[in-house]
This record gives sequence, structure tokens and C-alpha cells, in this order.
Amino acid sequence: MLRDITLGQYYRTESVIHSLDPRVKIVATFSFIISLFLVKNFIGYIIAGLFLVFCIRLSKVPPKFIFRGMKTIFFILIITMLFNLFLTPGIPLVTFWKFQITKEGLKLAIMMGIRLVFLITGSSIMTLTTTPNNLTDGLEDLLKPLKKLRVPVHEISMMMSIALRFIPILMEETDKIMKAQMARGADFESGSLMTRAKSLIPLLVPLFVSAFRRANDLAMAMEARCYRGGEGRTKMKPLVYKRRDAIAYLVIVLYLAAIVVLGRIFFT
Amino acid sequence: MKSSKISTAMKKMIDTDKLVFEYIRRDEEGNVEGITRAIDGVDLKVEPGQFIAVLGHNGSGKSTLAKHFNALLYPTEGEVHVDGMLTEDDEHLWEIRQEAGMIFQNPDNQIIGQVVEEDVGFGPENMGVPTDEIWERVDESLKAVRMDKFRKASPNHLSGGQKQRVSIAGVIAMHPKCIIMDEPTAMLDPNGRREVIRAARALNQVEGITIILITHYMEEVVDADRVFVMDKGRIVMEGTPREIFAQVDRLKELRLGVPQVTLLAHELRKSGVPLPEAVLTRKELVEALKKCR
Repeated sequence: MLRDITLGQYYRTESVIHSLDPRVKIVATFSFIISLFLVKNFIGYIIAGLFLVFCIRLSKVPPKFIFRGMKTIFFILIITMLFNLFLTPGIPLVTFWKFQITKEGLKLAIMMGIRLVFLITGSSIMTLTTTPNNLTDGLEDLLKPLKKLRVPVHEISMMMSIALRFIPILMEETDKIMKAQMARGADFESGSLMTRAKSLIPLLVPLFVSAFRRANDLAMAMEARCYRGGEGRTKMKPLVYKRRDAIAYLVIVLYLAAIVVLGRIFFT
Repeated sequence: MKSSKISTAMKKMIDTDKLVFEYIRRDEEGNVEGITRAIDGVDLKVEPGQFIAVLGHNGSGKSTLAKHFNALLYPTEGEVHVDGMLTEDDEHLWEIRQEAGMIFQNPDNQIIGQVVEEDVGFGPENMGVPTDEIWERVDESLKAVRMDKFRKASPNHLSGGQKQRVSIAGVIAMHPKCIIMDEPTAMLDPNGRREVIRAARALNQVEGITIILITHYMEEVVDADRVFVMDKGRIVMEGTPREIFAQVDRLKELRLGVPQVTLLAHELRKSGVPLPEAVLTRKELVEALKKCR
């Protein structure tokens, strides 16, 4: 059933990582990603790898789920690695026909590969352990300082959560329209790419019309319930830092320190 | 002049005075094609605690009228007072919207939260109610519509009737004095319809909340204290359900059906069976028929 699709890829279970404040997880993910790009040596990657394994263990998400996300980037991964492997100038190791593999190329390719894999794994731990709703809440709170620069932070996060609420409804509607058009002889599956793209028009037009109608209704319903933007609004579920969140922040700082310090010790 | 008007309107929950609403029809280029008078001089008074029904076929102006009670639309001419407050007064806008909650037709398009309890908390959040009190209000409102079992569920997994009850809970959580329901049952199956009407009636009787039910289902208005029938933007009939249903032929003229039982009794009466006018329930009909023998 279309109603049952889960958005993002939230994996429901109880774990320390699941119960962390979303803000902690967002900050952690970003620091992890930044650390990956700063690291220039293998010691750093070993620490990052250990940190990842530690988080996966804590999150109780089966590794199978985490590596499922890898399939989608597999192609990009291979291409990146090949380009790095063949196109980096340096001391040649193997040469055949016009191609040559250099020592630097080999090193860069492996690093690039590890970096990409870690990046995807790291961010999927966040999306697997946080509901989309929580993520929006966390983002809203973290971006609060931008309000001073007149960035409509509350409005953006409200739009995101409304979008999340309406995606399953619109999916169902698409399905309904598609069946209605198919019953009248529409063909969505055969023909060239062009004809198939064209055949989507009778699907998209009614879908857009209905989306606008829904938006209008929803706006009215929100106004009727006293919605007037983020000003003066209280929260039913405010984000409150707990002890474990402080510990998590500490762990992140320790991780970053370890990468910097150990990198210095071994490579200078 | 205005102050004297407010004081006389004070006692009424809703008081409209010669209300007119016009909207401008435009063609595709945006040129004015003409003006449509959706509401044409409506005087409607609702006492606090009443259960009111507004009937009318499609395009009779009943939904447009409902939107005036919540300050979603403003009158072109005339005035609307909600609990003594003039709707055009910006100062009272949020107070009016809090006191007069509104339920719409499509249950999907009025639920904002992704979890039932979050949606119920949306109204109080907007009003700036402190967090602890929001939770209390959510608890009591979900219990009032008997949806407390589903508080953690996603609205997408609920039936239409359940969704509509969640919407009602969302309005109750704002502690309104009056709930306006704009065809809340039009998109529901008979079961869902019954659930919603039962919830509305319970709120009226137990909590004393004024209910204004806008509908075109005759069965739903049988228990109302007062019924208004609209046609072409005017109120054409007004009275208790019994007074209204006594006029079967007039209702037919207005393209409104009467409840089956009432219709049957009416037809029997026409063909000579000595029955009283305006039989509203099956039980009444059975009693009346027994007397005939």
C-alpha cells in the first residue's frame, strides 16, 4: 500500500542513538563529514572508521540497512575511483596502451573510495535513526540564528513538515489519477522516452490542480486554527537537551581531537 | 453607535445583521464578468449552547455564510458579531478564531500534524499555550472524541470518520465556545457520518459548546434545536426540525429531501392514513401507526 511508505528511511527501534536530540545528530553528522574532508592520512581514516562502527553498533540498526544506501551510489563510487586512478600524474606503477596507473593515483583512488563510503554511511546513520519530523525540528532550531538575517526559518521548516505530511496523500492521488487515465486507454509504459514523457501530462495537470486546491484548503484550515507564523508560538514537543546529549557532544569533540592529534603525531 | 450594537449583541453567540457577501466573477483575462451575491441579507441569531443546523443544496451560500463566523471572510454589507465581537475588528481576530472553531469538509486537507496528537496540539501551539497545558488539552480533547487510542498514529492510517474526529479534537483543544462544522460528513461513509454527528452532539450536550452544523443530509438535523434553510443566499425557512419537516413539499421545491421516515409518513398521510404531521423518527412512526388501528 502506498500509505505505508516510510519517508526517508527511518528504522524503528530503541537505541541510544535513536533517543538523542536531533540537533546533536545533525551537528555530529556535519562534523563527521567535515572531518572526512580534512583528513589526509590513513590514521585519520582508521579513527573515522572505528567511530562509524561504534555508532552503528550503538544504533542497533542492522548493517544490511546501512549498506543498502550504498547501492545507489555504487556507480558514482566506481567512476570517481577510476578517474582518480588513471588521471592522477605521478610515479607510474603499471602502464598499458594509453593508460597508466600512478602511485599517487592509487592512493587517491582508495582515499576517495573510503571517503565516499564513510560519507554515505555516516549520513544514513542519521536518517535511519531520526524521524523526518524530528529532523525538521532539529534543523529549525539549529538555523535559528539565521532569523536575524531575515531567513524565514520557521516558515521553511513548516513547509518541510507539511510537504512530508502530504507526500503520501499526493502519491495515493497520483495512483488514483493514473488508474483513471489507464481505464480510459492512456498508456504510460510504452513508446520512446519522449512519448512517455508526453503521456505524463494528463497525469500531472490534474495532480497539480488538486495540489493547489489542497494547499488552499489547508491554508484556510491553518488560519482558522489561529496560525500566524512562528511569532508567539509555543511548542508541544520542545527540544530539550538531556545528559546523554551532552555526553554525545563530548564524544564528537573527542573524536575530532583524536583525528587532529593522532594525524599530527604520526605524520610530522 | 457601534457600542450600542455590541451591547445588544452581547448575549448572542453569533449574530448577523443584514449580512451581504458579494464576489466578483472574472474571466480568464481577469476582466470583471459580473458580481455574484452569495449571501443576500441574512439575519441569523444563535444563542449560546444551541445546536443549530443550516441546510441548503449546493451553491445556496451556506459554506460562504459559515466562513463569516470565523472571520475567514468579511461581509460586503452588514455586520457579523461573534460573542459580541465584530468580525471586521482586527483586534479581536484571533480571539474570534479561538472562540469559534471550524471544521471543514475534506478531512485530509485540514490535518497538519504527521502524528494525531501533534495535530491536536497545533491550535494551542499557535495560541501560545504553555507546553504542559498543551499536553493536558490534547489528552482531554482526544478523550472527548474517543480517539485517545490513536494518539500516536499517523493520520494517513485513519478512516475518514476518525480523521474528522481528530479535526474536531484539534478544535476542542483551543477551548472554543462554538464549533462551526462546514459539511463535515460530506466525504464520509454512513459509519463515519454517524461517528462525527455523535461526537458533535456529545460536545453540545456534555460540554455545552454551541454547534453550527452545515449540511445537506436531512437525517443529521433531526436533533437540532433550530434549523435554518438557505436558498440563493437567503434564509428561506427557519424553525424547529419538526416545523421544517412538516413542509415536505416546500422542501422538495428547494431541492432538499426529507428523512425517509418523514417522507413515508407524508405519503401515507396524503393517501388518507391519519398520521400527525412531521414524523421524525422510526419510533414515532411505529407509535403513530399503532394508534391508527
